[in-house]
Amino acid sequence: MTDTAMAATALGKRFGRRGGWALRDCAFRLPAGRVCAVVGPNGAGKSTLLALAAGLLAPTEGGVTVLGTDPASARARVGYVAQDKPLYPQLTVAETLRVGADLNPDRWDAETAGRIVSAGELDPKKKIRSLSGGQRTRVALALALGKRPELLLLDEPMADLDPLARHELMGTLMARAAQYGTTIVMSSHVVAELEDSCDHLLLVGGGRIRLAGEIDDLLGAHARVSTAVSTTAGAAGPAPATGGAPGGPPDLAPHTVVESRVTGRQLTALVRPAGPLAEDWRASTPSLEELVLAYLRNPQAAPLTPAEPEEAAV
Amino acid sequence: MVEYRIDRHSGVATYVQIVQQTKQALRLGLLRPGDKLPTAREVVEATAINPNTVLKAYRELERDGLVEARRGVGTFVRRGLNTTPADSPLRAELDAWAARAREAALDRDDVAALFTAVLDEHFAVPDPNGRTGRTGRDDRADRHDRHVRHDMNPGDPS
Repeated sequence: MTDTAMAATALGKRFGRRGGWALRDCAFRLPAGRVCAVVGPNGAGKSTLLALAAGLLAPTEGGVTVLGTDPASARARVGYVAQDKPLYPQLTVAETLRVGADLNPDRWDAETAGRIVSAGELDPKKKIRSLSGGQRTRVALALALGKRPELLLLDEPMADLDPLARHELMGTLMARAAQYGTTIVMSSHVVAELEDSCDHLLLVGGGRIRLAGEIDDLLGAHARVSTAVSTTAGAAGPAPATGGAPGGPPDLAPHTVVESRVTGRQLTALVRPAGPLAEDWRASTPSLEELVLAYLRNPQAAPLTPAEPEEAAV
Repeated sequence: MVEYRIDRHSGVATYVQIVQQTKQALRLGLLRPGDKLPTAREVVEATAINPNTVLKAYRELERDGLVEARRGVGTFVRRGLNTTPADSPLRAELDAWAARAREAALDRDDVAALFTAVLDEHFAVPDPNGRTGRTGRDDRADRHDRHVRHDMNPGDPS
């Protein structure tokens, strides 16, 4: 047993010799027992990252370890559901579950797999090819969970599901995490979908890891501030230490600015504070969605990943 | 047994919602000393929230002395929350004060604003550190024209 579920160092993947890098210079560590959101726009490299962790792709450079070993050696303990939910179309639901049992002889949890399928009121005699996208997702999740994985890699698991099934299956996943400490890694480009379920974040953008860490820590390391552009004399409270010259825009230094915008007389910004904030700034903790969007809108913003020393100061 | 209802658009951090709903159940007598809280697994299965959120809420309730975790058995209510009885002197004073406020031509919103301002002065503002505490904090800052400083060290260290 290891306390690291997944770790990458200088991980990169290029498709074809002349192709662009789908993923490059990725370094992160995901502690075991976390529910991790892999978030980023389409084409950011989320699926590539998950396929590398599942051992379905080989890295072009660097490496990724899974459950303390290489992805191929960990395969029996890892459940992976790809975005297109690949299943054998000619098999029935019942036959698919039997395949799951045969392929995982010492691990198979028939009760769990059966319960997930029956919660969707699926006819076990129905062929996979006749199922809807959401029903296939259900069967794929039943297979992955029936394997009793220590690590679950789910690529856009909720995309095909109706709201009711989404809530129910997310509940099933969370119960799994609560009961067995299963590490779950889920990708999505809809942040709100994962906000309540995940405690860890990997934000992927442009093939790089932009943010990595515990969501509470990441939110706590940022502040959404707003302040008047022209500092009027005689404002309540002591004179701001870093408020900037009167009449000019306030100086955001020494804080790391992720995003800033001036609307009329108001300046709003998302910053990583590098010390106390000025007295006359209104500050609040950003929501996860605000944080993610700010980083995605501003590709030049400095990334925050545990590899950086800045993390230690938080 | 309580059933938690999570409102993801309320602007109140999820674990705070669990704490508040538990306290509400204690006040209303829906939970009594000796009662068992639902397990983290039961809560997350029903609500699809992260298990650590439930544990964080239960830890906070435990710190307040309201519940106790018994290893391998569950989390149990230690004591109820007694609301101030209707005939207490505190209530009578507040009642008289409200009557005077009415005589002074304050309307309901004026009174509520005044009361909240005094309340904030005397009692810590709940949830300075919630993940989604944004709405509450912003509103409060706007309404009372106060500058809420960003908490550099929010939340539970765990």
